[in-house]
Amino acid sequence: MFAIYIVGAIVVILIIFFIATYNRLIGLRNRLRNAWAQIDVQLKRRYDLIPNLIETVKGYMKHERGTLEAVTKARNLAQSLSTTDVGARSKAEGELSSALARLLVVVENYPDLKANQNFLALQEELTSTENKIGFSRQYYNDSVLRMNNKVQMFPSNVVASMTGFKLGEFFEVTVTEEREAPKVSFK
Amino acid sequence: MWEQISANRWRSVVLTAGMGILLLLIGYFLGLYFFENAIIGLIIALAVWGIMSLIAYFQGDSLLLAVSRARKIGRDDNPRLYNIVEEMKIASGLEKMPDIYIIDDPALNAFATGRDPNKASVTVTSGLLAKLNRDELQGVIGHEMAHIKNRDVLLMAMCAVMLGTIVILAWYATRVLFFGGMAGGRRSSGGGGGQGQIIILAVGIFLMILAPILAQVIYFAVSRKREYLADASSALYTRYPEGLASALEEISASPIQLKSANQATAPMYTINPFRQKGRAASNLTSTHPPISERVRILRAMSGASLADYDRAYREARGGKAGIAPASALALDKVAGAAALRAPSPEAKTAEKSPQKVERARETSDMMWRLNDYKTVHCPCGTKLRVSPEFRGNSVKCPHCGQTLAVKGST
Repeated sequence: MFAIYIVGAIVVILIIFFIATYNRLIGLRNRLRNAWAQIDVQLKRRYDLIPNLIETVKGYMKHERGTLEAVTKARNLAQSLSTTDVGARSKAEGELSSALARLLVVVENYPDLKANQNFLALQEELTSTENKIGFSRQYYNDSVLRMNNKVQMFPSNVVASMTGFKLGEFFEVTVTEEREAPKVSFK
Repeated sequence: MWEQISANRWRSVVLTAGMGILLLLIGYFLGLYFFENAIIGLIIALAVWGIMSLIAYFQGDSLLLAVSRARKIGRDDNPRLYNIVEEMKIASGLEKMPDIYIIDDPALNAFATGRDPNKASVTVTSGLLAKLNRDELQGVIGHEMAHIKNRDVLLMAMCAVMLGTIVILAWYATRVLFFGGMAGGRRSSGGGGGQGQIIILAVGIFLMILAPILAQVIYFAVSRKREYLADASSALYTRYPEGLASALEEISASPIQLKSANQATAPMYTINPFRQKGRAASNLTSTHPPISERVRILRAMSGASLADYDRAYREARGGKAGIAPASALALDKVAGAAALRAPSPEAKTAEKSPQKVERARETSDMMWRLNDYKTVHCPCGTKLRVSPEFRGNSVKCPHCGQTLAVKGST
């Protein structure tokens, strides 16, 4: 009789543990999806900003056709890729980022352009959108890490494998110059 | 990543509970002494606290914003500030965009309000907007966002209310004890408890004097802990601790005090609005840790994770307890370093000051020369100005004590 109680108690505890862990995993996965959607919002915003930027800049930068075309091409390529293929998508977006960065460096040579109010507003929007992409990617990766830890670590991994949870994929930065650590000297 | 925050929150709750016990003790002795019934005292203490809490909970942020004369802005009023707040909202994973307010004041400061992350707001002074570059502003906003995300605002508001209740009750009680009590109005009902009465009186007086001080110390301890944690979170969000570090330096170098701040709202701000220059603020009665220490910790970080901040914190404070229990940070270490990022292009172009100093030096050299002063360079690096009236051949350097020849002297 006593043994039945003990077994019963263990079964109840196991069921409670299973439900709690499963719900936790679902919560983490939803957060991950939400974080991914956030990146998408910012990437779309960048697609929208680029034609505007090119239009504003074109008149001033007659000798930079190559740079401008590279930006447009990278944008169109990134936009055409499906949103589910994380690997290819992050590569294309990385290329768009570096094409834009090159454009913004070249802009430094055009003082007239830097006095244009319209351009300055666009530049602020673009800089901020780049930052937002970076931050949403950062948050997405943090979320992936949290979920993956839960999926792989004992004891939650048992629940995860029983219910078929897969590991999340990190949004990697494939462009080398973006990865460089800052060189700050402290004196 | 957020385990340590809940661990820290737990510690804050314990401290707050300590304050609650102080409040109940005061009520208890108040009741015992004035009504000879501890329950009535407890009820009074809880009622005062409850009413103040309710006001703080439902009206606190609008009161604070009104008192600070803050005005709300939208995206078009200041796109840069709006964007930076949105960036930090994304980085912190906050669900709703907080409201943004600006105080028109040349002082440099910022604060966050809101009892829960969905009803939050961030306020900055116009001086701060004008003075800081993008990275620095981002660091400050990240700090405020961390206060919202960690629910510090609610915790500190509740702490402040409890502190206020304790102070009010103790103040009122001591006044009645010393002025009303001597008139003998109260004792008519007592009939004299003898020794017990005296002990209660002694403990009561002791408590009335000690409780407000103790409550204040607890309050400041909680507040400072939260500041460090907010700094750590800001570094994590921005991946760039240098931004907040240099913002803090910039803020501490500014001599202007915020006009609309008062003692009650002080802990809400990024830095203590009542700091006095040249005074070490590391004592018990400061709501904020000393800025120099915060800057030192931020600069000593090798990565941007909370574990990195914790390590820097321990080093700077001589191996004392860190910002969070080690167990809470273990996961963060496994997780791998959150790498630091590079400064934004705006920060690079903004570094003009060394050149400016150089130019100012050249100009001043020229002015001295025009006035027939001679310049002697000492090997220790000091530059000596010799007046045209000086008749000797040599001059002693006031810095290192060497005797130097004055060239071209007659």
